[in-house]
Amino acid sequence: MRVGFLHSLIRKDEKLLIAELRKRGDMELVFLDDRRLVFDLEGRPPVDVVLERSINHSRAMHALRLFEGVGTVCVNAYEVARRCGDKILTAASLRDHGVPQPEVRIAFTPESALAAIEELGYPAVLKPAVGSWGRLLSRVNDRDAAETILEHKAILGSYHHSIFFVQRYVEKGGRDIRSFVVGDECVAAIYRTSDHWITNTARGGRASNCPVTAELAEISLRAAEAMGGGVLAVDIFEAGGGFLVNEVNYTMEFRNSIDVTGVNIPERIVSYLRGVVR
Amino acid sequence: MHECPVCEAEVPISEDPVEGELLECEECGTELEILALGPITLGEAPDAEEDWGE
Repeated sequence: MRVGFLHSLIRKDEKLLIAELRKRGDMELVFLDDRRLVFDLEGRPPVDVVLERSINHSRAMHALRLFEGVGTVCVNAYEVARRCGDKILTAASLRDHGVPQPEVRIAFTPESALAAIEELGYPAVLKPAVGSWGRLLSRVNDRDAAETILEHKAILGSYHHSIFFVQRYVEKGGRDIRSFVVGDECVAAIYRTSDHWITNTARGGRASNCPVTAELAEISLRAAEAMGGGVLAVDIFEAGGGFLVNEVNYTMEFRNSIDVTGVNIPERIVSYLRGVVR
Repeated sequence: MHECPVCEAEVPISEDPVEGELLECEECGTELEILALGPITLGEAPDAEEDWGE
């Protein structure tokens, strides 16, 4: 089986996947550097499956669409990347599938966004629809802050910063959960703990093992299914005795989660590839 | 060992280097990228872009 490895920069996560792929006698690794690719809408890459690991969301999403357009199986699928990569589409998909999530509002002008924030109440969280690693998230504590942030976004941001995604702030007790879904199994989960309200490990959140209970597995799999399934990381808040799905990530970063969970996540991902090609 | 293109310190390379691999110079902290394998060529890694991430 020839595995196309769609990438740009190779981080530790990609190195672990490459090492795993090279261990497999039945898999041939074909590097597809997104910085060198040129698509003509017709040519099919000489691979049986593409494993997407691009660091750029926009490149990943378009490349997946173009690969799928010529009949190449991709992990994850284009539609999954599209839904996960845009928080508005994520929220809509979670809603379509009845998956619990923090209350959200979407608005298209600073004025309507301010009204939305006031309706949700303070503090509220303002997020870029497309973004990751906890960047440009704002916890809006009062009306003065709301007006300032919205004005800055409208004037200084590019056009997509004028699409406002507002989320009710969830008091999560200094931690959230990241679960890892591979196909139809929730293979592992971690707590991400931080003194800061942003708990992403990219922002200094500490990873520790989180037992995968039946309830956690269920909501993780439901969230993954809402996105279209595949290899996904689900960010979850514990609130009110239940779970709320915050985000779903389609190019999941797992390097900090292997040792603490004892689960060889790259091995599970590579094994999953075999199943999708059959 | 290879030389950091920024501070000229020695930078260790893994046994299984890959084009595009990120490294950090322990001396100056610059994030580096392996630009080529034969011979190994190091350059400064690009700055993070707005749509980088998961």
